[in-house]
Amino acid sequence: MIRLVLRDITLAVRAGGGFGLGLAFFLVLAVLIPLGVGPRPEMLRAIAPGVLWVGALLACLLSLDRIFQTDFEDGSLDLLATAPIPMEGVVLSKAVAHWLTTGLPLTLAAPALGVMLNLAPGGYVWLTASLALGTPALSMIGAFAAGLTVSLKRGGLLLSLLVLPLYVPTLIYGAEAARRGAEGLPLGTPLALLAGITLGAWACLPFATAAVLRVNLR
Amino acid sequence: MLALHDLACARGGVPILEGVSLSVRAGEALILRGPNGCGKTTLLRTIAGLQPALSGAIEVDPEAIAYGAHADGLKATLTVTENLAFWAGAYGEPNKVDAALQTFALDPLRHRPAQSLSAGQKRRLGLARLLVTGRALWVLDEPTVSLDAFNVQLFASVLQTHLQGGGAALIATHIDLGIEAQSFDLSEYRAKPMVGQGDLL
Repeated sequence: MIRLVLRDITLAVRAGGGFGLGLAFFLVLAVLIPLGVGPRPEMLRAIAPGVLWVGALLACLLSLDRIFQTDFEDGSLDLLATAPIPMEGVVLSKAVAHWLTTGLPLTLAAPALGVMLNLAPGGYVWLTASLALGTPALSMIGAFAAGLTVSLKRGGLLLSLLVLPLYVPTLIYGAEAARRGAEGLPLGTPLALLAGITLGAWACLPFATAAVLRVNLR
Repeated sequence: MLALHDLACARGGVPILEGVSLSVRAGEALILRGPNGCGKTTLLRTIAGLQPALSGAIEVDPEAIAYGAHADGLKATLTVTENLAFWAGAYGEPNKVDAALQTFALDPLRHRPAQSLSAGQKRRLGLARLLVTGRALWVLDEPTVSLDAFNVQLFASVLQTHLQGGGAALIATHIDLGIEAQSFDLSEYRAKPMVGQGDLL
């Protein structure tokens, strides 16, 4: 399984692997929002946590279809299914690799981009903490939706439609935690719910994803 | 090593094979024959465990099967060695990579990315994967596609060595591999149309 994670990271970092895609999108968004909103620092400060969370979510969405699609197309998924790795392990490895190549870089980049959006000084720690807690859920839920649509040619549209409602709870609690952190309010409840979503997704969805992949391979 | 009893399988929900019974013992190879679309791939995928059988029984140790599909499952941006080393690691046989590369004459290409290989070289790399699985029963779907005559001979000799070492193989192919093997014609086992279907025509 560790080999599969390392292979996926290598593939993502090599040419055409799409490693920088989400990060570049996140950067572009954080640069453009202040230009679009105009020179109103107070307004930016109010919307910064929400904008950064939406940006991270959309950046994550960009690379979801690669999780299983390329392996399905070149036949690796058939061979992985017959290899001595349980399908649940394949799903878990691929979701981990996706988080390490998108969620983690986004989380680490978010404080730097917070500066551009005039994030309140107290908000940086909690923005990073909420993203670190929430982005693993985005990767795992995304892997589930990617597994559902893997056998469809150009399934990207369906994938986005499927995944957006599933992302809503993560976004609400994540952005709420970041906002409360920035305003210095107590934020235990949204953080706990966010962690709950992530843990629940990682506990249940590998099995569901493995099941839908087996059906799709028939 | 492998035995099928009265097996029926379907492709896309349509039954295409029924009543297939065959057996492959250690040291034997069985060649599946039959025209395009007669269900060779479907049968092999069913045996490999990628799809369930409609009825009948498959007697095999799933841990013994190495499945080789039409597609080689190569990653274009990984080198020849990296591609093979990944599979060797997945099967827990990381020290078999060098020998497998040498067997299929891929040594000079080991640092090339897979995307720059020719079709025949890719296929050889796909076949080299079988050697690093360390599995005894090879279930192969047209293994000689895009190989030239010399490399078909090379594959046949590798297969012969595998069989002599106590391995077994079930191979769907249209060409003569030049090895001693029984063949099994699948066209006789085509599933009968479902009751009532004839009335519609």
